[in-house]
Amino acid sequence: MRSEQRESLGRRARGRGGEGDLSEQGFAFLLLTPAALLIFIVVLLPLLITFGYTLINMNLLSATKGRFTGLANYASVLGASWFWSSLGRTLYFTFVSLVLETGLGLLFALLLAGSFPGVGVLRSLVILPWAIPTLVSGALWKWILHPDYGALNALLSWLGLIKEYHAWLGQPWLAMNMVILADVWKMAPYSAIFFLAALQFINKALYEAARIDGAGVFRRFRYVTFPHLVPTLLVVVVMRSMDKFKAFDLFYVMTKGGPANGTKVLTYDAYLRGFDNLNYSAAATISYVIAFLVLALTVIYLRLGKQEDVND
Amino acid sequence: MTRKAIAALTLMALMGVGLWAADKVVLNALFMKQAGFSEEDITAGTRDFMDRNPDIQVNLTFVAYEDLEQKILTAAAAGGYDVVLSDGPFTAKFAVGGIVKEIPPLAAADKADIFPGALDACEYLGKYWGMPWINDVRYLYFNKKMLAQAGFKRAPATLDEMIAQAKVLKAKKIVEYPIVLPWNQAETLSCDFTTITALFGGAMAKDGKPTLDTEANRKALEWMVRAIKDGLVNPKSIVYGEDDINGVFEGGNAAFMFNWTYAYGVANDPSQSKVVGDVGIAMIPGNGRVKSATVNGGQPLCIASGSKHPNEAWAYILYMTGKDFQKAHPANSLPIWRSLYTDPNVVKSNPDVVAVAKTQYDYIVNRPKVPYYSAFSSMLQVKIQQALLGRKSVDQALKEAQSEAESLAQQ
Repeated sequence: MRSEQRESLGRRARGRGGEGDLSEQGFAFLLLTPAALLIFIVVLLPLLITFGYTLINMNLLSATKGRFTGLANYASVLGASWFWSSLGRTLYFTFVSLVLETGLGLLFALLLAGSFPGVGVLRSLVILPWAIPTLVSGALWKWILHPDYGALNALLSWLGLIKEYHAWLGQPWLAMNMVILADVWKMAPYSAIFFLAALQFINKALYEAARIDGAGVFRRFRYVTFPHLVPTLLVVVVMRSMDKFKAFDLFYVMTKGGPANGTKVLTYDAYLRGFDNLNYSAAATISYVIAFLVLALTVIYLRLGKQEDVND
Repeated sequence: MTRKAIAALTLMALMGVGLWAADKVVLNALFMKQAGFSEEDITAGTRDFMDRNPDIQVNLTFVAYEDLEQKILTAAAAGGYDVVLSDGPFTAKFAVGGIVKEIPPLAAADKADIFPGALDACEYLGKYWGMPWINDVRYLYFNKKMLAQAGFKRAPATLDEMIAQAKVLKAKKIVEYPIVLPWNQAETLSCDFTTITALFGGAMAKDGKPTLDTEANRKALEWMVRAIKDGLVNPKSIVYGEDDINGVFEGGNAAFMFNWTYAYGVANDPSQSKVVGDVGIAMIPGNGRVKSATVNGGQPLCIASGSKHPNEAWAYILYMTGKDFQKAHPANSLPIWRSLYTDPNVVKSNPDVVAVAKTQYDYIVNRPKVPYYSAFSSMLQVKIQQALLGRKSVDQALKEAQSEAESLAQQ
């Protein structure tokens, strides 16, 4: 903003009383107030209220509803076997889908970084799954995996790989892996775009030099490409593991936590306890535990990133 | 006309509208979009009610069934709605949570005319928290053509008979898995478990206390596990919901299924079914001394606790649950009133279903009336599935379910 415009706005903001000029900082605060107020109401306030719920008994069906309980909710959640089972499933989902997604994303990016006829079209096509809303992609995969009419069964049967149709979501571990497949299908392009952007910034002369030094494809990738991708990889890993830890919609659409709780992750547990069982305290506590865990993960990643920088 | 005159007239008109609106009691009512009475039925009934009560205006909101409970919980207690459509298993929870009000006493003649199971679903701790409105239970659906091919002339009257017929159907390769049931990890599984335990003389709770680990319930779960193991119940049943088993039945890939009333219409819809004309409906087969049992899927109308006009809300509920409204719209939901089952309009709406329904309603079983039912049901679904998948023995699954249900009761 030009300084004379700012001056003019400042004068208007002072009003007619004229109690002296607003400082630059005061004027900035004035402009930020509406946005800050909005953020306070729609973000911070609910967060604070939710935190409050973790310290009182907000089980709507309890006779002691509203009573202050201190850290008892945390003790109860962390001491329950269901919490650790759900956490285990959440970590499995996060880890496996993250490895597959970043791996595939990197492969796609390396492929799409090349110049060959039709690469532009291919780039647009690859991004398509990411553009589909998660709920829609969940419904899509539910149909693909349908035990009677699913496309996967039809394809495998046509290829002669299976004799009879399978219920892909009918066994706990298999169902979890199918949800992972759906997640990787949708989000691998997202990682690919990040890696593709990073690849564009690598100086081509480095490849030339490596080639002259006799480095093959794998050595060029290991010593030229990969070190340049590490910062992007870190960003992708941090962002995606945060997202995966909070994954809810795919589970809601595809399995509803079943069969036999095989796909019940922490967020789905929080949802059931809050909105089905009316135990808002348990739901709020799980949500805060998820937030703490995600925070811990982020700190670890950032530390690792810094170490990487120092080593460089 | 001058500008001043126009402005004055507009102001007067606005004041008039304001005064007219202020005179009226405005009720907000919450219904669901799918199953039971249609939006058109409800809108027409509400219009009739408003014509008869010109001082009451009713605003209608329709949401999906899945959103109903949350909508009630978040808005009803705060005064957002006056009348809400509830569900049988919510009664205890809503009563304890102060979500709905106790309804005024019903006349003895009315109480005697409503099917006892439907009324019982609205009762908790000796008080009534809603008025039955949508009437629904599960029935046995069977494929007449398949049964005829196997040499059977009528639907099975007992579970043993159904299993015997299923074995013949399988042996003659008429259908690979003769029975299909909606046993995915959802409320539908608890519904069927309610029915099957009742058929074996068991119950999931008595006097508000969980009674899962009993001999009768063990036999019920063993029956379920064995039927899957023997290949008589489709093993994919553990991922099927009600709509999925409709698909299997309509495709001619099952001879028997348990499902709600709506399935009859769906299975006879030529646009989606291959078994039109072959669909039979019968009472859920009995077992030993139990002639039949079926889970209650009915839904009551309740007065929201935050309502500022409970008297008008009750008047509206009485109208919508009354005989005039119910006999005028029998196509989508059969009446709660026993006396209406001879009404020509009701009988002609769906003669096959009405003939079975009027007897089946006498064998209604309600799901446990405990405030922690949602948590109870979620937990139970997991234990049953673990037994069905062979991950836990029937004994272990029920013992664990009982222990977890007891700790839920203590919370």
